[in-house]
Amino acid sequence: MMTKPTDSALTASRLNESAKMTSHRQWVHVVDNFFQSRWKGLSVAIPYVWLVIFFLVPFFIVLKISFAESLIASPPFSSLFEWSEDAALKMTLIFDNFAYLWEDDLYVKTYLNSVKISTISTILCLLIGYPMAYAIVRASGTMKYLLLLMVILPFWTSFLLRVYAWMGILADQGTLNSFLIWAGIIDQPIRMMYSEFAVYIGIVYSYLPFMILPLYANLEKLDLTLHEAASDLGAHPITVFFTVTLPLTIPGIIAGGLLVFIPATGEFVIPDLLGGGNVLMIGRVLYDEFNSNHDWPVAAAVAIALLILLVIPMMLYQHAQSRQINN
Amino acid sequence: MPSQERDAFLDRPWKDSTAEPFIRIEGVTKRFGAFTAVEAVSLDIYKGELFSLLGGSGCGKTTLLRMLAGFEEPTAGHIYIDGVDMIDVPAYARPVNMMFQSYALFPHMSVEDNVAYGLKRDGVSKAEISQRVADMLSMVELLELQKRKPHQLSGGQRQRVALARALVKRPKLLLLDEPLAALDKRLREQTQFELMNIQDQLGVTFIVVTHDQEEAMTLSTRIAVMDHGQIIQVGEPSEVYERPQTKDIANFIGTINMFDGEVMSSNDSFLLRCPKISKPLKLPSQAELNIGQQVTLAIRPEKIKMTLEDPHDSSQITLRGEVLEFAYMGNISIYRVKIEGEVVLQITIPNLDRMAERKIEWDDQVFISWHPENSLVLRD
Repeated sequence: MMTKPTDSALTASRLNESAKMTSHRQWVHVVDNFFQSRWKGLSVAIPYVWLVIFFLVPFFIVLKISFAESLIASPPFSSLFEWSEDAALKMTLIFDNFAYLWEDDLYVKTYLNSVKISTISTILCLLIGYPMAYAIVRASGTMKYLLLLMVILPFWTSFLLRVYAWMGILADQGTLNSFLIWAGIIDQPIRMMYSEFAVYIGIVYSYLPFMILPLYANLEKLDLTLHEAASDLGAHPITVFFTVTLPLTIPGIIAGGLLVFIPATGEFVIPDLLGGGNVLMIGRVLYDEFNSNHDWPVAAAVAIALLILLVIPMMLYQHAQSRQINN
Repeated sequence: MPSQERDAFLDRPWKDSTAEPFIRIEGVTKRFGAFTAVEAVSLDIYKGELFSLLGGSGCGKTTLLRMLAGFEEPTAGHIYIDGVDMIDVPAYARPVNMMFQSYALFPHMSVEDNVAYGLKRDGVSKAEISQRVADMLSMVELLELQKRKPHQLSGGQRQRVALARALVKRPKLLLLDEPLAALDKRLREQTQFELMNIQDQLGVTFIVVTHDQEEAMTLSTRIAVMDHGQIIQVGEPSEVYERPQTKDIANFIGTINMFDGEVMSSNDSFLLRCPKISKPLKLPSQAELNIGQQVTLAIRPEKIKMTLEDPHDSSQITLRGEVLEFAYMGNISIYRVKIEGEVVLQITIPNLDRMAERKIEWDDQVFISWHPENSLVLRD
């Protein structure tokens, strides 16, 4: 005959069960934690791994080459590390390439010219882009999206193709000269190709969207009642712009400015195709050093110097962004 | 006019037909496409008034305010401020300042610079600017916070910066768009009185837009009740409360009990026959009425007495009822009493005695009574 379990036995078995449950839950919890922390670590690691493989490793390879000596061999440079006779690892750093960049005033001039061209282009982009961004923000519903689409539209065609198109427009027998002659404004074609003018046109045209979009985003967020408040307090529309709108869009100006300035400084395609041999820009010099002179170490040194030149504005950009986020 | 009567008008220039209004709004209409936001509004506002534009959202009150500030151009009509037609005067040249509902403080400027902004535009000397800004900030008790940026301030502090910024130019007219809406209840009540004090000190004419009828009642010298772009009643708070001209106004401002019915006469007075109630209700004597007319008898909850015994007062209207529910609010209690014909009335009773000594409870049979002169006759 089966006896009913006593109360205490029942309680004990329940306790036992619940203890089992608890341990099971704990186990699940531990496993969960393990995976959670792993996944967290992994998801954080992915961008770092990406950066290491695709940025840091190539960067150190280029850095290594920049400290090497040019050789007629394959690869065309000396190695950095050598085993000496007494089995010690010897590292040879050759600073000649960097000294060469400094000594030959071609490079200094080219760097300065690159910075000059990209600075002027950035200012031109700002002067053209700011009113455009302002007009887009003020446009009504459908028109606004149409205008934004038109700003982004050129990205749907290859960048190279668009630069070639400018060659067709600016050539001596090109569209623009033909039009001006037809209109009777000039009777001899104006030389526009292979000049700084053509390079400015190319850079401003290509990078204008990068100026407009951050400015648009900044202006769009701007509270229009601030304009009303300023005008209510007696500010003329022009004063409203300089005391309220402009100071509040400085983050957008910095973002747009750096997005134009940084790539424009290292630009290779535009000065090569539109500037020809007449416009010295660092991207072209780097290309020539590498492809025509086969001097990899000097090319690498040019690249490293360019990187250092660009890291400073990039750091400024980062700083401006983090300040904006903090505000 | 006898001088005594003239003195009586000193505080109430709108009662004086010879007084010159400071702001004259004449037949102002504003249309946005097919939508009419403000329709044929005419309004006279006098110097030193604290005038409220009261109405629900979309009634046109903010549009009217924006037209006074110069942010919107009227489709038709004229606005005169101190005798000058404002139609062609741009916002920045008007002798008017506005306090925005969102405060619209310049986020990149300190409190001090925000307040100084308007004075700088007028080319006031540096010494005078700093003096006037300091005076204004000490009036709103923000002098210690003058170096802070708006995002470092609390809601109430921002509200005071906005007020200081709008007042520092000593405008002839200050426009306030929902000045207290963003504050919590306690701060709102406190700020109401501050606003009234400041207005009194400076003697500036205030026009306040609000949807809060309590706020309008407390603040204003006069209230204009707006609906669908039109002004439906203008008057002192007590007039608008005690003598609302339509059922809508009566409902919008406070609560009111209403009985619909037909006018009939008995001896020298008019009675209301209400289909749901067997007993005809006596109407107030001043009302101009015709027999057979459909009208509404309205009575405010605080004007009704409630007793457990029949008051036996023939001058009053007395009905029997049963307490459905009541809410204790601290200073008052609100009762809902069902009388015959399923009609439910709201009655407020001041809590003269302590809670424990309360006499009337749920399901109590009560007598409710009011004096006919305290009731109103409303037409649709």
